[in-house]
Amino acid sequence: MRLFLTSIIVFILSSCGGGNKQNQGTGLSGEVKIDGSSTVYPLSEAVAEEFRNVESEIRVTVGESGTGGGFKKFSRGEIDINDASRPIKGEEIELCKQGNVEFIELPVAYDGLAVVVNKENTFVDYLTVKELKKMWEPAAQGKIKTWNQIRASFPNEPINLYGAGTASGTYDYFTEAIVGEAKSSRGDYNASEDDNVLVKGVSSDRNAIGYFGLAYYQNNADKLKLVPINDEDDSNGKGAILPSPETVTNGTYQPLARPEFIYVNAKSAEKPEVKAFVKFYLENAPVLANEIGSVALSQEVYNLVIKRFESKKTGTVFGTGKTVGVNMADLLK
Amino acid sequence: MSSSQINKLKDLAFKIFAMICTSVGLIVLLVLLYVVFSEGLSRISVDFLTNLPSRVPSRAGIYTALLGMVWILVLTVVISFPIGMAAGIYLQEYGRKNFLTNFIEINISNLAGVPSIIYGILGLELFGRVFGFGNSILTGSLTLSLLILPMIIVSTREAIKAVPGSLREASYGLGATKWQTVWNVVLPSSFGGIMTGLILAISRAIGETAPLIVIGALVYVPFAPSSPMDEFTVLPIQIFNWVTRPQAGFVTNAASAIIILLTFTFLMNGIAVWIRNRFNKRTKF
Repeated sequence: MRLFLTSIIVFILSSCGGGNKQNQGTGLSGEVKIDGSSTVYPLSEAVAEEFRNVESEIRVTVGESGTGGGFKKFSRGEIDINDASRPIKGEEIELCKQGNVEFIELPVAYDGLAVVVNKENTFVDYLTVKELKKMWEPAAQGKIKTWNQIRASFPNEPINLYGAGTASGTYDYFTEAIVGEAKSSRGDYNASEDDNVLVKGVSSDRNAIGYFGLAYYQNNADKLKLVPINDEDDSNGKGAILPSPETVTNGTYQPLARPEFIYVNAKSAEKPEVKAFVKFYLENAPVLANEIGSVALSQEVYNLVIKRFESKKTGTVFGTGKTVGVNMADLLK
Repeated sequence: MSSSQINKLKDLAFKIFAMICTSVGLIVLLVLLYVVFSEGLSRISVDFLTNLPSRVPSRAGIYTALLGMVWILVLTVVISFPIGMAAGIYLQEYGRKNFLTNFIEINISNLAGVPSIIYGILGLELFGRVFGFGNSILTGSLTLSLLILPMIIVSTREAIKAVPGSLREASYGLGATKWQTVWNVVLPSSFGGIMTGLILAISRAIGETAPLIVIGALVYVPFAPSSPMDEFTVLPIQIFNWVTRPQAGFVTNAASAIIILLTFTFLMNGIAVWIRNRFNKRTKF
């Protein structure tokens, strides 16, 4: 909140001052180029906006060509930082090696996926991962058509599915977490890359169920009903759990919470302007992540991430590429 | 019922059908305009035009996107207009009907049908990487120039074709060379048509998003571009980003930005009509 207030004050001051810019920073100048995932974009944008109030001479630009598109540019050394909504893949590491680019992998926030039904839906009290799988797996195509096929106590009403389009990172993550294999899903559902379209669909269809980013639920909570998820693994929280900043951070809302990353080019990290920006990013991510609708990591994890950046540790801790159900603190230690 | 009555009835039925067809397009446009204006009109203010991008919808503005767009447009015109016009003149006035001109003609008509994202991929590789211009305004303008060149060439040729042969012959009859004829007779009398084609092509270019995203146009650019080598963002990209954000305020922002973009396109088309009328009045065939 304090940060928010000061940023407003600084904003008012700078807009009143006209050309007379106040520079409270170290007077560094230069460029920081960021590209990558559109999921992480709002966070990077927020950090860049705040950073400008402190270091007005450093030009930070942010693009959103997708995690994969960003890594292509990253491996050619065209950008300093890549936003990623999944860990780097083996072939991307290979590309980085060819381009002589070493990277520092820094988790910056969580993104929870919300499973929602229509406001008027009274019978869905919770769903298990198995039930979700039954709904969404490829074998369900053309066969699972009514709610009572999912659970006998549900009514004999048609079930209308709304989900992320195949080009979306959300699709990759949901299918991996629920079906068990990325990009493996039934095809006969209402798909859109734009989560706002899915929100509209579910809120106007009584028999709907859909999934999308938690931020989209939070901004439309009055129109939707959130479904608690039971992963039937009592070691990370008993029973069905509702997604919330707490349950996402403490690892009990599983498996539908995924980490967001920034990958910093190790050579760029030597430059003072990039170093200053990344430090600022990690220090302010806890506040800004919650403000824009992502979920902040725990302070313990942020401390580990800052340590990781300061010691310039390169390489990935997600060698298997799996982020479902991992404990971030254990991985980074 | 006599056959003439049936024919009159058929005539009436077709008239109604044609009117319905015309109104479908208009109604869709009106609905679209109504939705956009009712959502976005209240948000338009000087602040909205002069603020930098922001994560807070009420503070976000389109200053850098607007300037980026103006930069892109001006450079695109500077690059594509002379080339497109010269190519059109060559093909229409100088080019003989042979294998080469046929080949060029087929290619130009083909290029006009290529999806714009393909131009983006070409621009990224050729201008961005091989020439080393990166994701700068220059790369964007060169890419958009390629995109609209076929349109400019075709409209230039059409405009030149409309100049009556008698004017040319009169010019030759007075002893003028080919160049003098083209420069003093053909071009002035077809200039209205050429300009109309150019402006319509440019109106298309300002709505393009796909090729610019591919060449790496950014979304968050907190500074006004000061040279063709600077990075940039444009209005369509900003709109695209805003409509996918969860906060409702960004949707309002997107609507306002759409109004600005529509105004821009409307102005450009208005200028095209004005120029056409003005030149048509001056040159009477």
